[in-house]
Amino acid sequence: MSGAVASWLLAAPVALPLGAGLIVPLLRRGRSLAALAAGAGVVAAALLLLAVRDPDGAMELAVGGWSPPLGIRWRADLLAITFLLSTAVIALTVALFAALHLPRAEPALAGRLWAPLLFLWSALNALYLSADVFNLYVTLELLTLAAVMLVTLEGERQALDGAMRYLLVALAGSTVYLLGVALLYHATGTLDLTLAAGAVPGAALALMTVGLMAKGALFPLHGWLPPAHAAAPAPGSALLSAVVVKSAFYILLRLWLEAAPDEHAGRMLLAACGTGAVLWGSLLALTQKRLKLLVAYSTVAQLGYLLLVFPLAVGSWSGPAYAGAVWLAVSHGLAKAAMFLAAGTVMHALGHDRIAELRGLAHHAPVTMLTLALAGVTLMGLPPSGGFVAKWLLLSAAFGTGQWFWALVLLAGGLLAAVYTFRVIGAGFGEAALARVPRRAPQWLAFALATAALLAGVVAELPLRQLQEAAP
Amino acid sequence: MTLQGALPLAILGSSLLPGLIIFFLAEPHRRGRTWLNMAGAVIKVLLVAGALLGVYHGATFEVAVPLVPDYPLLLRLDPLALLFVSLSAVLWLLTTVYAVGYLEGSPNRSRFFGFFSLCVSATVGIAMAGNLFTLFFFYEVLTLSTYPLVVHRETEQSLRAGRIYLAYVMTGSAVLLGAVVWLHALAGPFEFAVSGGAVDHLDAEHRPALLAIFLLMVGGFGVKAALVPMHRWLPAAMVAPAPVSALLHAVAVVKAGAFGIARTVYDVFGAELAHDLGGTTVLAAVAGFTIIYGSLRALQQDDLKRRLAYSTVSQLSYIVLGVSLVGPLATIGGLVHLVHQGIMKITLFFAAGNLAETLHLHKVSELDGVGRRMPWTMAAFTVAAFGMMSAPPLAGFVSEWFLGLGALEGDAPWALAVLLASSLLNAAYFLPVVYRGWFRPRRGPWHENLPRHRLETHPWLLLPPVITAGMVIALGLFAASVWSPLTWVRLIAAQEYPL
Amino acid sequence: MSGAEVPLAYALVGMVVLVRALYALFVRPHLLHKLVAGNLAASGVFLVITYAPDGGPPDPVAQALVLTGIVVSVAVTAYGAALLARLNETSGKPYLEHDHEA
Repeated sequence: MSGAVASWLLAAPVALPLGAGLIVPLLRRGRSLAALAAGAGVVAAALLLLAVRDPDGAMELAVGGWSPPLGIRWRADLLAITFLLSTAVIALTVALFAALHLPRAEPALAGRLWAPLLFLWSALNALYLSADVFNLYVTLELLTLAAVMLVTLEGERQALDGAMRYLLVALAGSTVYLLGVALLYHATGTLDLTLAAGAVPGAALALMTVGLMAKGALFPLHGWLPPAHAAAPAPGSALLSAVVVKSAFYILLRLWLEAAPDEHAGRMLLAACGTGAVLWGSLLALTQKRLKLLVAYSTVAQLGYLLLVFPLAVGSWSGPAYAGAVWLAVSHGLAKAAMFLAAGTVMHALGHDRIAELRGLAHHAPVTMLTLALAGVTLMGLPPSGGFVAKWLLLSAAFGTGQWFWALVLLAGGLLAAVYTFRVIGAGFGEAALARVPRRAPQWLAFALATAALLAGVVAELPLRQLQEAAP
Repeated sequence: MTLQGALPLAILGSSLLPGLIIFFLAEPHRRGRTWLNMAGAVIKVLLVAGALLGVYHGATFEVAVPLVPDYPLLLRLDPLALLFVSLSAVLWLLTTVYAVGYLEGSPNRSRFFGFFSLCVSATVGIAMAGNLFTLFFFYEVLTLSTYPLVVHRETEQSLRAGRIYLAYVMTGSAVLLGAVVWLHALAGPFEFAVSGGAVDHLDAEHRPALLAIFLLMVGGFGVKAALVPMHRWLPAAMVAPAPVSALLHAVAVVKAGAFGIARTVYDVFGAELAHDLGGTTVLAAVAGFTIIYGSLRALQQDDLKRRLAYSTVSQLSYIVLGVSLVGPLATIGGLVHLVHQGIMKITLFFAAGNLAETLHLHKVSELDGVGRRMPWTMAAFTVAAFGMMSAPPLAGFVSEWFLGLGALEGDAPWALAVLLASSLLNAAYFLPVVYRGWFRPRRGPWHENLPRHRLETHPWLLLPPVITAGMVIALGLFAASVWSPLTWVRLIAAQEYPL
Repeated sequence: MSGAEVPLAYALVGMVVLVRALYALFVRPHLLHKLVAGNLAASGVFLVITYAPDGGPPDPVAQALVLTGIVVSVAVTAYGAALLARLNETSGKPYLEHDHEA
């Protein structure tokens, strides 16, 4: 594999959206085209990375030719590529939705979406490629700023409030995280994850984890998420819930499974927080009156599942547990993005998203209704979805390692998800006129994402096998 | 892709593909939809006939689609699979005809027939499943595809029924999933065994866990199989249109539950281990209780469909009872009742649907003299009712005969008492309907709901129950012939209890 | 020997500033106070980063970390201030919703 081509491939996912994001404010028209072009480039780059990937190692790039420790090193192993590719597919679809939906539904902010969206995407890709803890800090900050910008787009009091809350929590979280980085550096003399592996002091790990939990809305530090995600415009919420919060989980995976594989005590605590997230998030989702808030609380719950991987990834079950968690992240991302995009259509068609008044949706916007249902299937972890396949793997690991209580959490969570999903579905039946007829193309895009989540349950064998083998 | 592998996929696809296409057909395309439905149903029956011939001559049909590492989606046509698949295919064809007639002029038909086809695809998927993973996979798809059918009318009552249905069935599936994964954690990945059980090689130290898993599994399956106290969704689901009730009660959901229990006892644990663990004793007790309870509740119902629903609750446990008693005769009785009960029950539901749709008759007390107005429908009902009462030479008699013999062979005379009592109760709640229909004079005019036809009702509503009633007679009369389900079931039992 | 020895005291002061500032960030209701507290908390961490017990040549990595951190902190604070100004304009008060109602 020629070195020059490899560097281009690694640089593209970061450079393309960044470049487009810088150009977009200068353009009067054609902003969405620039964004979509950049997005298509990222998808292509991610696919190529997957195709040329070396199964035993990872591709690396020293940015600007400067080598560590002062330079930044980017590294594309299977986990990074998986997240790069799934994020790219989701982001491109969301961007396409925004280009088609926003000019009609929310013309005031249609043009202002692109710069934050592109910067967010660029920061996210840089985060996936990062190989050291400080670079992760920088990219996390960039990501947060862009994400907060997305929340503020609506401009109303609630949006600004949610954004400020998000910003402050993120600020606190990143400060705590940085302290952990400082301790890590002082203890090991390096910032690189691979080099520091095995020598990470417990205090550093704990601090970084707490900071990440705040940024990733992991119970009990989840409070900022529902107001923020519900207040953002639909494409923004889709990206926020589907991929942005998972970045924290991504880093936690790297930290706990690769850098500090022998820390077992904390893992149970993480999973306990996950249990809290599943139960608390699901229960709160049940009581919500607005669809977007319900979906946001569902995100809080589903993130809890991801935390269960930590005590389960031990011994011979680390492969299946790891693969299951990664696949759950991917499937959930697809399904959650689909749900928020569908919620956007609902908002546009009815003028509100009150669950009690969704009547007529099944008749007049059946594609959207079906999207919500199919996305719900993934959230419930039912076949034939990616959520089911992931759940099966995690359950196997739970029983295989003798930790059957986590299995109960997974099963109970699925039931709770069924309750709130079918609450929404049931509300859409009956006859009532819609305020506006929604455009069809955006609905089909959301539907495509939900279908992709189902496909993730059918074509999963090869990726899962590869993930199992690549498990740390 | 060899022919051996293609056939199971084709059987699955013959309803899946039309179903997916129908979703995208706009409402007015009546002929296109009907054509797709019928073509798919006919093709499916032909494919199944081909499979039967093939298996009879010793061919094997199997295909594995990798899904999760070590757990492929495995479709295999073994004799038990073929039994269920044939029942599903034939009854689907008839129900499709009936549904087209029943829903004429109703809204949302594309949605209905789309999910209808998905439902059948899931059912044959369950039938052809070669391992627990595949069985569970299609079992859940069945749940998801039947919900829209239950709530099809979108009334408050339908939505409520849908909620109750989901509450029971989802809980059952969570329990089932936990048990299945637990079992695989103990025994590793496995397929359904050809004879004996797949896990009967495990050591004695696992016995307590195995018993727990067995009970959880039959409990999980038992929700769909309407074992008491998990049966409450079934009467509630009667608000669905008659084709749905016919499909749910004769073919898809309830039989899937019973089938799952049969697979668990015979092909996962093996009859011997299941009995050793004591699980089948518990199962037999629950089944016995359900038989009596269902029949008693049926007596109390005035609404005809609800009476039939409780009758189903009771009759389905005949199958479960047969499966849980020791010995080949009980197995034969239980499994052949899977087929016979399906055909008898669907006849009853077709007839009930006709009465409701043509004359707005929903209650038993309203049925006086309807035999004069709708003789063929009432005749079909009468035949099926006598079949349920186990009157010779009808189908119900054959299955009950073997069940009774099986009860004696398995040293469970109490089961024989239960069966006899249930037959009496069946008579108690079916004979009044028959009597009213034929022998009581009609008071007041009929409320004609449909435009008058030359025949007593729409031809497509009349033909299916007449055909199935004929089958009830034929399956009883010609039970000994080489083409009968009974002979096929004897083959299955011979494999399970090799001498 | 010449060298930058950063005594432990600096690091401890940094920790104290961090903890106190984080507390202020959560407790004080006025948004401007929260932002400034966040800024100070970051400064506290920078002090901890620069801790160098054994002298020797200055550590470029630590310097790079602090410099980058300062840039990030400035950016976030600036953005936060702009957001605060807009929030104040829209709602009339520089408080978060539930803080003020409490």
